[in-house]
Amino acid sequence: MASLVGSRVERKEDKRFLTGKGRYTADINLANQTYAIFVRSPHARASINKLNIDKALKSSGVVSILTGKEIADDKIGGLIAGWAIRSEDGTEMKCPGNPPLAKDNVNFVGDPVAVVIAESLAEAKEAAEKVEVDYKVLKAVTSTADAMNGDTIHEGIDKNLCFDWLLGDRQKVKEAFDKADKVISIDIINNRLIPNAMEPRACVADYNAASEEITLYTTSQNPHLSRLIMSAFGNVAPEHKLRVVAPDVGGGFGSKINVYNEDIVCSWAAKKINRAIKWVAERSESFLTDIHGRDHVTHAELAVTKDGKFLGFKNETIANLGAYARVFGTVTPTYLFGPCATGVYEIPAAYTNVKAVYTNTAPVDAYRGAGRPEATYTIERLVEKASMELGIDKTELRIKNFPTVFPFKQTLVHTVDSGDYVAGMEKAKQMADYKGFEARRKESEAKGKLRGIGVTSYFEACGIAPSAAVMSLGCGVGLWESAEVRFNPTGQVTVYTGSHSHGQSHQTTFAQIAADELGVPIENIDIVHGDTDKGTFGMGTYGSRSLAVGGIAIVNACKKIVEKGKRVTAKMLEANPEDVEFKDGEFIVSKSNKKKTIGEVAFACYLPGVRDEMKSPLPEGDEPGLKETSFYDPSNFSFPAGTHIAEVEIDPETGNVKLEKYTACDDFGRIINPMVVEGQVHGGLAQGIGQALYENAEYDETGQLMTGSYMDYTMPRADNFPEFNIGYTCTHATTNPLGVKGCGEAGAIAAPPTVMNAVIDALGGQEVTMPATAEKVWKACKNLKKSNAKAA
Amino acid sequence: MKDFNYHSAKDSKEASKLASSSSAFLAGGMTTIPSMKLGLATYKDLIDIKNIKKLSGIKVSGKSVTIGAATKHVEVSNSKDVKKAIPSLSSLAEGIGDPQVRNRGTIGGSIANNDPSADYPSACIALNATIHTNERKIEAAKFFKGMFETALKKGELIEAIEFQIPEKSSYQKHPNPASRYAIVGVYVAKHKGDVNVAVTGAKSCVYNDKEMSKALAGNFSSSSIDGMDLDSSEMNSDMHASADFRASLVVTQAKKAVDAC
Ligand SMILES: Cc1cc2nc3c(=O)[nH]c(=O)nc-3n(C[C@H](O)[C@H](O)[C@H](O)COP(=O)(O)OP(=O)(O)OC[C@H]3O[C@@H](n4cnc5c(N)ncnc54)[C@H](O)[C@@H]3O)c2cc1C
Repeated sequence: MASLVGSRVERKEDKRFLTGKGRYTADINLANQTYAIFVRSPHARASINKLNIDKALKSSGVVSILTGKEIADDKIGGLIAGWAIRSEDGTEMKCPGNPPLAKDNVNFVGDPVAVVIAESLAEAKEAAEKVEVDYKVLKAVTSTADAMNGDTIHEGIDKNLCFDWLLGDRQKVKEAFDKADKVISIDIINNRLIPNAMEPRACVADYNAASEEITLYTTSQNPHLSRLIMSAFGNVAPEHKLRVVAPDVGGGFGSKINVYNEDIVCSWAAKKINRAIKWVAERSESFLTDIHGRDHVTHAELAVTKDGKFLGFKNETIANLGAYARVFGTVTPTYLFGPCATGVYEIPAAYTNVKAVYTNTAPVDAYRGAGRPEATYTIERLVEKASMELGIDKTELRIKNFPTVFPFKQTLVHTVDSGDYVAGMEKAKQMADYKGFEARRKESEAKGKLRGIGVTSYFEACGIAPSAAVMSLGCGVGLWESAEVRFNPTGQVTVYTGSHSHGQSHQTTFAQIAADELGVPIENIDIVHGDTDKGTFGMGTYGSRSLAVGGIAIVNACKKIVEKGKRVTAKMLEANPEDVEFKDGEFIVSKSNKKKTIGEVAFACYLPGVRDEMKSPLPEGDEPGLKETSFYDPSNFSFPAGTHIAEVEIDPETGNVKLEKYTACDDFGRIINPMVVEGQVHGGLAQGIGQALYENAEYDETGQLMTGSYMDYTMPRADNFPEFNIGYTCTHATTNPLGVKGCGEAGAIAAPPTVMNAVIDALGGQEVTMPATAEKVWKACKNLKKSNAKAA
Repeated sequence: MKDFNYHSAKDSKEASKLASSSSAFLAGGMTTIPSMKLGLATYKDLIDIKNIKKLSGIKVSGKSVTIGAATKHVEVSNSKDVKKAIPSLSSLAEGIGDPQVRNRGTIGGSIANNDPSADYPSACIALNATIHTNERKIEAAKFFKGMFETALKKGELIEAIEFQIPEKSSYQKHPNPASRYAIVGVYVAKHKGDVNVAVTGAKSCVYNDKEMSKALAGNFSSSSIDGMDLDSSEMNSDMHASADFRASLVVTQAKKAVDAC
């Protein structure tokens, strides 16, 4: 049987999606359900003087209106930060309470203060407009850079500072800088983004008074984690009385990791009113209340020798957490950011200092790449600037500082098991025709255009692990993953994975893996996920962990199945278990022609007997059935890496930036399904290029979101992109049996600095902030013209 | 969205009879429906005009192209007749919003709405259009009164727009990257004897730039407007483009349009 791993197997999920048969949360309708509308704060910061629901209660069709008071009375817990960060001075981070319905204060536009539940959506909306809230509007804090000088948002949290964290050694860095020939410094802003999953968030909560069970259908990337948080911190119901189902989910990008206010409120309220409740976000609610991403202000410095060796690196960053610290809100700008900020380079001394601040804006949390795009943007913009200032070719300068021996002990935290950064760079240069750039630049110049080329070499740390290490650093949970492989008596296989799929194609790639491991045709394998009642537990999908962690759990569970199969075969064929080999779905007794198929073995395991004989195929100590579980805790992160090269052409008259060429050469280790990986790379690039050229979440000084719809928030479209030129180098990971690394975030990590380096190259080294909009670029072109005129 | 009554009018007369101070005509609904959903507008009655046969279709004569008010953008962009008579008009239609918008939005709705960044108003000015309503004929130059304001009276229904076929013309827009409405759009049309340079997106209402028109009437070449420094004091300024940037874009897009003629 040919191996399926490595081939472009068509996606098993496509039939369902392409024929409109996907089943999303909003598609779920329960008998006698009610509809919820949330009353949200129109102010960024205010205290609530009075909340009057009398009029609204009289509105037609209203079933119930609940507020922050009832939440507090019922001791329903608030939303939490999942990772405890300690400041440089040893103090613990400071987090405000975040009740699911605000009672006394609201802290961002969209913060919910009440829920109106009615017989129909229209009635719920009508009544919601009649809820009267008397706010005392307070001065909002909205700027990341100035947050520490603003009014105190949360009582007792001085300077709006959640923590002031340090990773690295300031003294060693100082010594390195003292020895430097040159110090390159840069001030950058990592612009705030809104994830914009295609499917807005939604939930349907149901209560069964007889079994006292709550069922919550919700748009989650991690239903078990949601259940755990809602139970342990939200106090909604004990875990065994709470079922969380995340059916088809239309994209997450991190925005659906969090348990949200609406999940808790609808679950709690469904029990209170003893009826099902449905809530579906409108797009404007997604803009306002989904977690946002990025939002850093950074000053960084690189100490170099005159021939381009890196000696030391400093990174001083202010990270905006928004109004509250959420699940991965605190780890994203720290452990997911700091360690990667030294990039793919050997830098003897480095530190990253992050001040995480609260502002009156939507909470900021993990968004595709989470911390690593910010890290890569910092180092790669700095290295590009160093190449300009030192007059060393940008690719040569990078190669000069690449490690060549693996495992590579990176400056701050990681030991990178495998990679070949030089090979990746050489291949990328070839793919991009780096040599031919000068000729293309001249061609552009002849047309009155400016052409620039930008390079990024990145590595990233994903598939975050092992549990003991992350928990020692403050993580509230272990980051293993589970899998359960169940045979039916007649030979088909159901694989339960804790990794939820919402665009990652698990139904296909995980089935490819199981098919190869078990020798069962892929049509006979079903991948099941997304329901806390169906599998033991799962940590969920984020941080490019599904394959490198969840996939390996499947491999391990399959291996246990094969081990049992060998024992059973030996018993059935009266051979030694050590003499049984497994290949292509057959258990063969070596040096004989005796064999059993895995289907026969499964059948025997479930029907362990023979007519007219008192004989069991099961060896002593083996129980009937064929089902195995693995809880896999990896020994290390996985470290994808690569080099990306972009070319842009700028029209100096309009400031339009045209992305002419984009080359991505990535090392994702072994590739299970090249078509799926291409999809992941394309999507990541679209988001990364979107950050560089188009997307920006903008609040005004009063905390109103200025980019609250697609009329103002630029979602890139297909015609904004060139054909992507994609290639790979494959150095297998040594830390897992498949040799795989994560691929889901690489595009979003590498693209922003690659594109911006190209833009800034075209602009003769002038800094522009992301997104490089026409007006900013137009202004820079005017300056360039002026300074060129002066020089001439 | 609040409850409303839906009417489908069979002819212009019925449509205008049904109209009141709390009604709107429903053409493509691409502006009306979102504003109702967002609570920015409420109407008691929506009067659907899409079933009025007379309002749809494209007619070309020797001198003009007449487009029914309820004709969709996609029909204008795909029309062989328009492509032949005034190619710039069909490419303008092709550049409106996105396919969904073009499949529903109508030319009559667009000009009745008179959004300061809409594309069609510039075509009306540049192509010396006549707006035919159920009551009268209005010259384009007198039709667009101000931001979202037109010469239409309550209940007055646009039936067709008649565009004069120019010698040469081109529409060049610098789109808002998010909505793809015009940040600045310039429609240059050279007619026998004069030149119009209609500008949309730059100010609160579409206008004919007299200075550029004059320069181009003298010498129809982009060099005659190159480097022109326009007064930006009345230009729009928002997070997508400052007034200065818009002023510069007006000249740049006008030059591009002249070069493309
Ligand atoms: C996402 C999006 C992007 C867009 N991008 C662009 C763009 O790039 N460029 C651009 O120019 N436009 C753009 N538009 C606007 C669009 O092209 C429509 O033309 C516009 O929305 C109005 O046309 P409609 O047929 O949908 O009118 P409707 O929404 O049905 O009506 C709008 C108004 O016009 C009135 N009206 C309609 N027909 C008549 C008539 N025959 N007589 C008198 N009054 C009438 C109605 O009473 C109502 O007040 C965009 C719209 C959207 C939603």
